[in-house]
Amino acid sequence: MKRYSGFAVAREGLNYHLGWGRAWRNPAPRKKYDVIIVGAGGHGLATAYYLGKNYGIRNVAILEKGWLGGGNTGRNTTIIRSNYLQDPSAAIYEKARSLYETLSQDLNYNVMFSPRGLLMLAQTHHEVRGYRRTVYANNLQGVETEWIGPDRVKQLVPIINIDGPRYPVLGALYQARGGTARHDAVAWGYARACSDMGMDIIQQCEVTGIRQANGKVTGVDTTKGSIDCDKLGLVVAGHTSVLAEMGGFRLPIESLALQALVSEPIKPCMDVVVMANTVHGYMSQSDKGEMVIGGGTDGFNNYTQRGSWQHVEETIRALVETFPMISRLKMLRQWGGIVDMTGDRSPILSKTPLGNCFVNCGWGTGGFKAIPGSGWAMAELMAKGAPGPLTEEFSMYRFREGKFIDESVAAGVAH
Amino acid sequence: MSTRLARGGRLIDRSKPITISFNGRRMPAFLGDTLASAVLANDQMMVGRSFKYHRPRGIMASGAEEPNALVGLGAGPRFEPNQRMTTTEAFDGAETASQNHWPSLEFDIGAINNKFSRFLPGGFYYKTFMWPRSFWKNVYEPFIRQSAGLGKVPTDRDADRYEQAYAYADVVVVGAGIAGLTAALGAARSGKRVIVLEMTPACGGRAVVDGFAIDGQPAEGWVAAAVDTLRGMDNVTLMTRTMATGLYDHGYLMAAQRIADHTPGDGRPKQRLWRIRTAEVITATGAIERPLSFAGNDIPGVMLAAAVRDYAVNYGISIGDRTVIVTNNDDAYRTALALLDAGLTVPAVIDARPTVTGALPQAVRDRGVRVLEGRGIAKVHGGKRVTGVEVCVQAGEGAMIEELGCDCVAMSGGWSPVVHLWSHCGGKLLWDEARAMFRPDANRPPLGADGRGMVRAVGAANGMLTPDEVLTDAHAAFGDGTAPQTNAPDEARMEPVWIMPQGAGPKLRAKMWLDPQNDVKVSDVQLAAREGYESVEHTKRYTTLGMATDQGKISNINGLAVLSDALHQQIPATGTTTFRPPYTPLTLGTIAAEARGEIFQPLRRTPIHEWHEAHGVEWEPVGLWRRPFCYKRAGETTHAAVNREVRNTRTNLGLLDASTLGKILVKGPDAGKFLDMLYTGVMSTLPVGKCRYGLMCNEQGFLSDDGVVVRLSEDSWLCHTTSGGADRIHGWMEDWLQCEWWDWKVYTANLTEQFAQIAVVGPNARKVLEKLGGMDVSKATLPFMTFAEGQLGGFNARVFRISFSGELSYEIAVPASEGRAFWEKLIEAGQEFGVMPYGTECLHILRAEKGFIMIGDETDGTVIPQDLNMAWAISKKKPDYLGKRGQERSFLASPDRWKLVGLETLDGSVLPEGAYAVAPGVNANGQRNVQGRVTSTYFSPTLNRGIAMGLVKHGPDRMGEVLDFPGDGGKVHQARIVDQVFYDKEGAKNDA
Ligand SMILES: Cc1cc2nc3c(=O)[nH]c(=O)nc-3n(C[C@H](O)[C@H](O)[C@H](O)COP(=O)(O)OP(=O)(O)OC[C@H]3O[C@@H](n4cnc5c(N)ncnc54)[C@H](O)[C@@H]3O)c2cc1C
Repeated sequence: MKRYSGFAVAREGLNYHLGWGRAWRNPAPRKKYDVIIVGAGGHGLATAYYLGKNYGIRNVAILEKGWLGGGNTGRNTTIIRSNYLQDPSAAIYEKARSLYETLSQDLNYNVMFSPRGLLMLAQTHHEVRGYRRTVYANNLQGVETEWIGPDRVKQLVPIINIDGPRYPVLGALYQARGGTARHDAVAWGYARACSDMGMDIIQQCEVTGIRQANGKVTGVDTTKGSIDCDKLGLVVAGHTSVLAEMGGFRLPIESLALQALVSEPIKPCMDVVVMANTVHGYMSQSDKGEMVIGGGTDGFNNYTQRGSWQHVEETIRALVETFPMISRLKMLRQWGGIVDMTGDRSPILSKTPLGNCFVNCGWGTGGFKAIPGSGWAMAELMAKGAPGPLTEEFSMYRFREGKFIDESVAAGVAH
Repeated sequence: MSTRLARGGRLIDRSKPITISFNGRRMPAFLGDTLASAVLANDQMMVGRSFKYHRPRGIMASGAEEPNALVGLGAGPRFEPNQRMTTTEAFDGAETASQNHWPSLEFDIGAINNKFSRFLPGGFYYKTFMWPRSFWKNVYEPFIRQSAGLGKVPTDRDADRYEQAYAYADVVVVGAGIAGLTAALGAARSGKRVIVLEMTPACGGRAVVDGFAIDGQPAEGWVAAAVDTLRGMDNVTLMTRTMATGLYDHGYLMAAQRIADHTPGDGRPKQRLWRIRTAEVITATGAIERPLSFAGNDIPGVMLAAAVRDYAVNYGISIGDRTVIVTNNDDAYRTALALLDAGLTVPAVIDARPTVTGALPQAVRDRGVRVLEGRGIAKVHGGKRVTGVEVCVQAGEGAMIEELGCDCVAMSGGWSPVVHLWSHCGGKLLWDEARAMFRPDANRPPLGADGRGMVRAVGAANGMLTPDEVLTDAHAAFGDGTAPQTNAPDEARMEPVWIMPQGAGPKLRAKMWLDPQNDVKVSDVQLAAREGYESVEHTKRYTTLGMATDQGKISNINGLAVLSDALHQQIPATGTTTFRPPYTPLTLGTIAAEARGEIFQPLRRTPIHEWHEAHGVEWEPVGLWRRPFCYKRAGETTHAAVNREVRNTRTNLGLLDASTLGKILVKGPDAGKFLDMLYTGVMSTLPVGKCRYGLMCNEQGFLSDDGVVVRLSEDSWLCHTTSGGADRIHGWMEDWLQCEWWDWKVYTANLTEQFAQIAVVGPNARKVLEKLGGMDVSKATLPFMTFAEGQLGGFNARVFRISFSGELSYEIAVPASEGRAFWEKLIEAGQEFGVMPYGTECLHILRAEKGFIMIGDETDGTVIPQDLNMAWAISKKKPDYLGKRGQERSFLASPDRWKLVGLETLDGSVLPEGAYAVAPGVNANGQRNVQGRVTSTYFSPTLNRGIAMGLVKHGPDRMGEVLDFPGDGGKVHQARIVDQVFYDKEGAKNDA
């Protein structure tokens, strides 16, 4: 694999860039792999990457029914933060955030991680109390956050409307090293690195069945034939219930459409990410200049990757109220993704009733930020066959015990 | 140069001159002009800079597909960036400014990127800018952000207002070209309710420009007659300036109508969003012309052939004196004819097809114009304006045969149907090999609520290109009888040309623009394919092809074709990217509409709201309500006001507006059984006239709401909920009644707003009620936790003898309409007893001093009643209630759960809200161990010290132990575990 650098780009430029090779190979599936990962989203690819990097397991295939990164990984609003309330969440999200800090260098692929700062606005007394609590929790968890007052908010976000009239801004939970990254680049960077380690990323290959013998997984059926494996990781987000059914077990996951939209590009006007949970909307500005906007999920379960108009309208209302100057900007594009929601809004990284079959799902509305940490932890779980400290609390059996990791406590919607 | 011709221009009114300005230059124009035609009339071809390389950009098109011509329009609170000049109507005084350059349009520093374009191919930023690490955020990214972005940032609050409206139809026809009009006439005559939407101010579409006859009448006359007929029918609504922006599930169509966009400040709303529910949509949205990919096809002066024709016919504009036409189809010859008719020169038509025979080319030849068969353009000359083209053999590699001087190039690569609305809800496309286009697959339409197709495409939108095909197709949608006929000539087959010349080398390919706004070239798409970004979505995202403000309207198909070629596969195997709403960018203000400022969300007011307003209230938002946080007297701080309210209520008399409390009536033969399931306690056995405090849990067992339940009569109960919880709990009740226990005979009604409710609290509470008179409120007649109904001071009242403060207290409900009068009566009567109103903060302190829990403070969705030492409120006898099974799970039944206790700082200070009690050591993830947290914390004026409640591991067993709570700035607060009841532990005051 050719290393990427400014120098390499200049050199290739002299030859009209005809010399660049493939970022990842496009192999046909082999008969058998040590590990098969289903789903070439960020979480699946990162799992494979850390299996190789941290545990030397490289005889790995990643099977993707469409194109790699084409699920929620390529549809999200790229917010990265780790200011979660509960200990297990803070641990895995902060692990992810800290891996993001050096991910471009690790992968030799610029994922454009931009720790531009993130604010969660408090617009009711109740929210003020909630976010103060989060700051105390974060400080004990080793996550750097602070509570800031309205003046500081205005300073960080000059375009914000601080004094209501309906919901004045009372302050914010601020994570200075939260931010964004380029979603496609995260998937592509991991894919390139996996391919480089000799792993096979097989696109247009849908898993249609899971084969097992004596309570253990033996392989999968796919649209490109059957493939054997010793271990299987299901990392398919909104389609988890479908895959679990193939494996003969059930998971407490609901699939809902979550929408996002962008405005036409304008010159830079907002350097930070702002989330306003009372009014249900959040916004950041991409490097291209588009205002990237999102809100809550649709209220009904479905599998179509588009959403209802009502939600778009609610979200835009919230943001026009919060940032009055966006009123004359225009919505350029809206889209949706199917998110996998658990009852406690926290993910599942777990062994399953089927031997050697592992599941990583339930990231719902907020898993982009978790990709490196989730891959790291899932690789450990799969390599060792037992949970490590990062995954221990995220077992699928926690619902049976009532041991929830409830993040809806801290924020209405967790992006 | 481009200029206004002496004659012509269907759409302009030469008797109505207006003036606009562009970059400060005043330009004469006419009413009916678009901003684009207005500046073209004044020889302003270059209007902007491209996104990445900052190359000069001219107007390319005449409609919604325009990729380049974006300007900032207006100023101050009416400034709007990224206005598409080709679709924005010019008005007198319109101020426009070009975008994305510094310091000026003519001289732009950013154009340095152009010089280095060779080193900035598609996706280059993924390969570089990685070192040193901190440079991405601090150096590279700010630079990229500054040079990216297009329009300027609006700074002011929008001066305009926007509206929304609803409409219902059997059929919505989108597009009022001849296809749309034909389909609309058919639908209307069959008696359907029809809405016709046309995005431009005028109807007729392309036909009126192309100028053939329909049923013996000039197209223009035919269109006028059709429009008149439709306007005359009661079952038809025809709206111009109205863009169907998106189709959503179940026939929900959004359409944005421009009302005062072209008459700013006239008092009307700027735009109106129509939300239309329709049984069927007919898309008659026409087709968009495709550019050709030759080197230099982005230089200002290179335009779409039909656009050149539009400007001549519709606006009386000559784009250039000498226009070279380059095409792969017959339609572009119409442009040659239109230009010749206008007295302009066409040096040659360059046609990529080896032999050119059709009637239209013949007509052009007959007028003495050379038709160069099998030829292409190797290269365009010029910088900020076209100066000439090099002609080559299309089949070759680009060697020049001859050079043609010209100041305009009109190109046509064929047509692509507008399939956006068809596709928004999942309609599928097929690749039409003969016409080289994706068009709607009638067998796979988007499905409506009934599972049948809800959209049909007609005319050019359905891939029909010649006028007769179009009319026949559109007529078939509803019509019987014969379709209208035209005299338009037959057209010969187009021949797909994806790059020009066919064998162009890398140097030429690096100058062939696919997406002129985002600077995506043929070479970029080929690079993406080479690097393995093979899926069309990968290519799009890697190169940014089609991600510009035109969303690939003119670039996508050419890009797909180049990609397919690079991958050696057929175009349908490549497929398209997803078509997403809106069709063209939609103003956010139009979407938000009236919901802004004070009416962003409806404000719920209690009947006493205005009184509070007039008495120094400090508000607190609670759901959609506002509740008094406290009432400030002149010169008083919030803190002082709260303390005063607490002290007064404990010693004299306090009044609380409790009207926001949820009041849900539950009635029916099974109401008792229902409430026994809903609450953890037993409500069915509550005697009539009695009150009982109840807890509600969700199915997981977590506490979700609390309140006092009153048995009003044999079959009806009144359930009080928290203020914030009323709607949620009512919904929760209905959920169970409608979905699970649908056969139970229970009705619920949310009466929250029907009653004003006032808490009368303090040692003098009974005295003031006795003074009002009319009801016996004595301890004997109305003991604690009972209720009575009757007349109080002349008001119909329900009096509940309950207390959330530990004081002697009554909550009194009167009809909402009498709430204000009753409140004022109490204030008046209470004067001699020291009455003062109090707010929510005082309420919180009063309850905290008594150790009462508050939903949302002591609970957060993870707390069960047992954690709060409230097992007493859970019936042991009942077989079931919502949450019972959840609470039996091992983690919820564990003795290690954190439990509620009181907390007292050693120094009397107030514990910080939400602080955690630390335990020794760290966990496996290196996080500090914790053993509890503060749930409520206040300064108690009664005890003159800080008091708090918190959840602590094994808390009730650890009375007297001291815990450490790290606070802000490294300070550690120490607090002792104590009983949660701080004040009047025996309850003597309430018992008064
Ligand atoms: C609109 C929107 C906004 C969001 N905003 C944010 C945000 O700001 N911040 C944040 O942190 N998170 C956000 N998220 C959430 C985030 O996108 C997801 O949690 C995350 O991307 C999930 O990654 P994944 O790899 O688990 O799933 P995906 O990226 O969805 O990957 C799963 C893959 O599995 C494949 N697959 C499914 N079934 C099969 C099969 N049978 N065989 C083979 N392959 C299969 C799919 O095709 C897909 O590629 C947002 C999500 C959406 C939809």
